Amino acid sequence: QINPKLVSTHLSPTQKIQKDKAFQPDLEILQCHHLRCPSRSLTSSGVPGKAGSNLLLYLIVGGTVTGTGAYYVYRTLKENKERFTSRVTTITTRSQEKELSPSAPGARPEVPSHVPFLLIGGGTAAFAAARSIRARDPGARVLIVSEDPALPYMRPPLSKELWFSDDPNVTETLRFKQWNGKERSIYFQPPSFYVPVRDLPFVENGGVAVLCGKKVVHMDVRGNIVKLSDGTQISYDKCLIATGGSPRNLPAIERAGKDVQQRLTLFRKIEDFKSLEKISREVKSITIIGGGFLGSELACALGRRARTRGLEVIQLFPENGNMGKVLPEYLSNWTTEKVRREGVNVMPNAVVKSVSVCGNRLMIKLKDGRKVETDHIVAAVGLEPNVELAKSAGLEVDSDFGGFRVNAELQARSNIWVAGDAACFYDIKLGRRRVEHHDHAVVSGRLAGENMTGAAKPYWHQSMFWSDLGPNVGYEAIGLVDSSLPTVGVFAKATAKDTPKSATEQSGTGIRSESETEAEASEVHISPSFSPMPQVPKQGEDYGKGVIFYLRDKVVVGIVLWNIFNRMPIARKIIKDGEEHDDLNEVAKLFNIHEE
Amino acid sequence: MTPPVSAFSELLLVVSYMVGKDRIIFATKEDHETPSSAELVADDPDDPYEEQGLILPNGDINWNCPCLGGMASGPCGEQFKSAFSCFHYSTEEIKGSDCVDQFRAMQECMQKYPDLYPQEDENEEKEKSSKDLEATPMEASAAKEEKGSS
Repeated sequence: QINPKLVSTHLSPTQKIQKDKAFQPDLEILQCHHLRCPSRSLTSSGVPGKAGSNLLLYLIVGGTVTGTGAYYVYRTLKENKERFTSRVTTITTRSQEKELSPSAPGARPEVPSHVPFLLIGGGTAAFAAARSIRARDPGARVLIVSEDPALPYMRPPLSKELWFSDDPNVTETLRFKQWNGKERSIYFQPPSFYVPVRDLPFVENGGVAVLCGKKVVHMDVRGNIVKLSDGTQISYDKCLIATGGSPRNLPAIERAGKDVQQRLTLFRKIEDFKSLEKISREVKSITIIGGGFLGSELACALGRRARTRGLEVIQLFPENGNMGKVLPEYLSNWTTEKVRREGVNVMPNAVVKSVSVCGNRLMIKLKDGRKVETDHIVAAVGLEPNVELAKSAGLEVDSDFGGFRVNAELQARSNIWVAGDAACFYDIKLGRRRVEHHDHAVVSGRLAGENMTGAAKPYWHQSMFWSDLGPNVGYEAIGLVDSSLPTVGVFAKATAKDTPKSATEQSGTGIRSESETEAEASEVHISPSFSPMPQVPKQGEDYGKGVIFYLRDKVVVGIVLWNIFNRMPIARKIIKDGEEHDDLNEVAKLFNIHEE
Repeated sequence: MTPPVSAFSELLLVVSYMVGKDRIIFATKEDHETPSSAELVADDPDDPYEEQGLILPNGDINWNCPCLGGMASGPCGEQFKSAFSCFHYSTEEIKGSDCVDQFRAMQECMQKYPDLYPQEDENEEKEKSSKDLEATPMEASAAKEEKGSS
């Protein structure tokens, strides 16, 4: 049974009109109202064939004119338009020249020696940047150089949707069902979207080419030229570094030797998913080390298999509960119980001391003396940003957060930007930070692409993230969601109708934001007398749904939407405002937590 | 057991606990139905930093709108932009009637990339969830065959 909750979305009323017309983004989902930017970042892709009339209808209905432009905005856009028209003229001239050019396809070098836009890394941030550049700069030629053999794809389904697929061939197809029942691939675009690398300088209207399986090993910032692992050199006009990160390993495991390493998965890529999926069918026991997003999601995914196939799934981590660094303690504890109900043997407060092979199995020894016997280990203990190029490029690496240090406009140096997991950037509202979530890769990649084509905009639109822990617990979040901050959580008691699974089931394949589900009054918690002395919540208190505010002084810097959906715009607004609030229950009212 | 709502409606309150540094509030539906006293800052519609929708404040098309997906950036991006710009700025009585050539060029381009721009007919558009809008790299043709049966 696919968990339709795993991808939440909402569409504007105008989107409803062309719901079936497949005029939908490959990276993001629209949010309500003025066709602004996304909440969850997974949706179907592809474009209608009968584009003409559908698009006319779309534009007529979907256009939003928001008043007269300020001088600054008008001037910038006027320049954009002029650049647009001048580029179109250039392309027309160039295409005429092409007919006269002697450059026959056979004579083209395998890799161009120069590209206007070079993107180092082939993940989500790079793809978002490529799309942004192409949208803003007509005829742009963009080269992505990726160490990965795969074309750009999205990671979240690797630890969520793909595990819940009914398709026995899912490890080959890498397709999953979205909230609306529509299937899509984890790849952002099929191969036909991309231009062959050797044709990139010559193709009439430019395009995006992906050079797979090649690593950039040296960067000469003065000469604007990079060198690949095979010695190839490519010069560029503008460059984006979107190298992402590599999974961290535990020192105890690194010391342990090859026999242990062979029974270890450091989960990040498609091949890790394929390998772990196969292993999960072959072994009797898997232990996940790590209690954060990835570890908990994988634990729940494997826990599902535990029940159907008799696989033992253990999850161990140093914190007191799942998501211990993200959720306040009471919620982390509650979440841990939920994960246990998904079939996982959760062992909190567990620090690994050593790992060894014992017979044909692994023996994990914890610092407190406990021992765990298992067949395979998945380590989900964090991400190390890939900053190897910093040395040759002379770029600064941040000592607090890791990653390349860039300014608010994601720029490291002239002509060099950084986006995605590897970027340590200045967030005007929240301060310097580095974010390892999918939507941030999309948002920062797009922003970098805009700035590489002259926009000079700072990071402003807050990215969000989400997680699901089985069909009954899901949340979306935005901003600084750090459990060390003081929090205020406002909850309503959940009824059966409030879980993500039931919300979508009740409305069939309908979009949850459009769901006609009547909101039932939630059962009311009342104490007949109001005691001025704060009491500890009773055992088994039900944190079914609500909103949690994370505070710095009295300012809300982070928000978790707990089992309530389609409220991201108001959450984003509150963080953007940066106002001091005395009574957060009043702020919570804005979220309508009692209704669906 | 919690008492029924009606018997204690005068005593409906927000119940609040502190657990260390974290405050937990259980709020009733009735409490949240009263208007919020929280103040929000008025938005500036001309804020240059804000993400824009499909149409920019000055009336131009925002090609980078996420709503356009890959349309403006794919292999037929230029044809798409050309057709759409023409339509957008068209002042004909039947808007866009002077843009037939551009739309035809766009159609012709899109037909060359069937797995990017699937050619749907009217009947298929009416089917809701069985459509496969995007083929995988591995099985472009197989997916099309499966379209009706998924």
